[in-house]
Amino acid sequence: MITLIKNGRIIDPRNKIDFVGAVLIENGKIKSVVEGDISGDFDEVIDASDMVVSPGFIDMHVHLREPGYEYKETIASGLAAAAAGGFAAVCPMPNTNPITDNEEIVSSLLAKAAQANGVKLYPIAAATKGSKGEALTSIGALKAVGAVAISDDGHPVKNSGLLRRVMEYASSFNFTYISHAEDQDLVGDGQMNEGDHSTLFGMPGVASVSESVVIARECLLAEYLGVSVHIAHVSKEPSVALIRFFKSRGVKVTAETTPHYLTLTDEALGSYDTNTKINPPIGSQKDREALIAAVADGVIDVVATDHAPHHEREKNVEFYAAPPGIVGLETAVALLLRHYHSGVLSLKRVVELLTKGYEILSIDGGDLSVGSSADITIFDPDYQWTIDRNMFLSKGRNTPFHGFQVKGAVFRTVVDGKSLYVRKY
Amino acid sequence: MKHLLGIEHLNRDQIEQILETAESFEEINRRQVKKVPTLKGKTIINFFAEPSTRTKMSFEVAEKRLSADTYNISVSTSAIQKGETLADTALNLQAMQPDALIIRHAVAGTPHLLADVMDCAIINAGDGFHEHPTQALLDAFTIKRHKGRLDGLKIVLIGDITHSRVARSNIHLLTKLGSRVVVSGPATMIPPGITAMGAEVEPDPIKAVVDADVLMTLRIQNERASNLLFPNAREYARFYSLRQELLNYAKPDAIVMHPGPANRGVEIEDSLMDGGRSVVLEQVSNGVSVRMAVLYLLLGGTQL
Repeated sequence: MITLIKNGRIIDPRNKIDFVGAVLIENGKIKSVVEGDISGDFDEVIDASDMVVSPGFIDMHVHLREPGYEYKETIASGLAAAAAGGFAAVCPMPNTNPITDNEEIVSSLLAKAAQANGVKLYPIAAATKGSKGEALTSIGALKAVGAVAISDDGHPVKNSGLLRRVMEYASSFNFTYISHAEDQDLVGDGQMNEGDHSTLFGMPGVASVSESVVIARECLLAEYLGVSVHIAHVSKEPSVALIRFFKSRGVKVTAETTPHYLTLTDEALGSYDTNTKINPPIGSQKDREALIAAVADGVIDVVATDHAPHHEREKNVEFYAAPPGIVGLETAVALLLRHYHSGVLSLKRVVELLTKGYEILSIDGGDLSVGSSADITIFDPDYQWTIDRNMFLSKGRNTPFHGFQVKGAVFRTVVDGKSLYVRKY
Repeated sequence: MKHLLGIEHLNRDQIEQILETAESFEEINRRQVKKVPTLKGKTIINFFAEPSTRTKMSFEVAEKRLSADTYNISVSTSAIQKGETLADTALNLQAMQPDALIIRHAVAGTPHLLADVMDCAIINAGDGFHEHPTQALLDAFTIKRHKGRLDGLKIVLIGDITHSRVARSNIHLLTKLGSRVVVSGPATMIPPGITAMGAEVEPDPIKAVVDADVLMTLRIQNERASNLLFPNAREYARFYSLRQELLNYAKPDAIVMHPGPANRGVEIEDSLMDGGRSVVLEQVSNGVSVRMAVLYLLLGGTQL
């Protein structure tokens, strides 16, 4: 099987490629990448005129809800949504039921993914048994069956003594601890970012330092131990400043933020729409501006979605009773491209932010090198459309972006040379 | 205007219209026969999902004096105890074609949720620590009766501003009508951004009350001590209670207000609660007139 993708603007930051050219795929592998055209006989020719052809995107932070919450999402529906969003690979977090803290569950996730559409699944396992923060998981065994990192996502490892051992032990297996940085005591019963808007809307606030105090601890431990750490879904300005500081000291810290923190501010909570309830909570305009600057200048390494599907009936309740989180896979690229259109991010930087996860987690992929798997995302950065949650392939409809007019759409997601998603409209 | 969800989005004219209408209902409440047929045939549901004596009773009295048919639901008698969602309860109530629903709920924004799913008028009787619009209206009505105006007055609110819907609605209303609102209390009870809402902050209550026209204290919830907002009631009373020492710094004709229910000896001394400057019980009387006015304007009379 030979496929040619032609006439597209090929952007492969790792190989320093940015030209209009052609990608030749043979038997699921990249055969060649050239400027201009390639002539010959092909089984399939994809015309990517006016489109960007980039390494397949990876979303290193999703919740696919299986096992345990299949009414919210399944591996199959989640991977379908991933393909529609341009993601060739996703990393599901372990807060399933039961918690993904042993080899059997990791293996069963991979078995389910093998039955799905072909998007690659790289499970993140729990850092502690049951994510209870009491005992280490079998990190070596988890890695042996295919896990790629550890996290107790939903909350941090509270016990600093245990966290030290988690980070130390994980480093023996070249594993990175991913921190959901929120001090649960500071969060308390908070529902939204504390500030002018929480006061105006009369909702219990979450102080921005709830996030940054934990980030400071994680970075100090990483520095002391000489190990890596990854900070999930960074949402506040003091956190950005801290990460900038620790990076300048040479600490091996990487960080992600999400499209929603780059798009919304806590003013949106005034609707009392439970689809604006997210952990950590959406920040102020100042936080948002700091995050936009940080994705541009590299302090934030990666954009991930924290895709968190919930059933409609779970969100259609009083605000305090609603579970936190929104879906993100199918809106991420368009929302991120808003910052390309505003002039803050280059297309190369957009591609970097959506492919850096491979490098952070030491997963093969993220470039178009000859001989590597043909995992490719093709998107039109200028295509105008309106986000419609009823078109989602995810089971989740919980988005605050329904009706948003956006510019930029994924038109094709290719994994191992096969088109898993082709946009029809 | 179809609902009364809060004061924030009302303009000065709308507020003044409610206060003037309340003036005209005030007389009915002093008659021998305190009933007019204004809302005859209208169905009003009082849905109180949080304990309330004063506000619930006040709405019910107002409704009955306007001849509406009233029905009360409290959480202990509702299907919510059986696991039904609030949205489903709302749809079921809607199916009975009420004209208005009065809602008291511990979660901010719940009246807005109901307004989204129901067709009838929704009146917010207190949502979390967001808003309590009829309380602010009755407070303004009471102040105006004593001072003849709201413009240019200095009004001091002392206590737990962070967790007070009364404070928020009063700050919105009084500043819209030209009063100067100063809030005071321990730092744990002064929320960020309160100045953005138009209030001034003076942490020292003695400085705050200098030349005040109105002193209003807010109920201290003793359970909040467990949230580390203050050490204990004795310490709170010593520094933040409304007491004669504070009154001495206010204007000679300053009035003393409390939205109730009061913890005597904690946020207010008995001598002030029962003293000549106290208008606490007038606030309760005026609450009926103000709620009659709101019901009339939303359900029966000219549109707000």
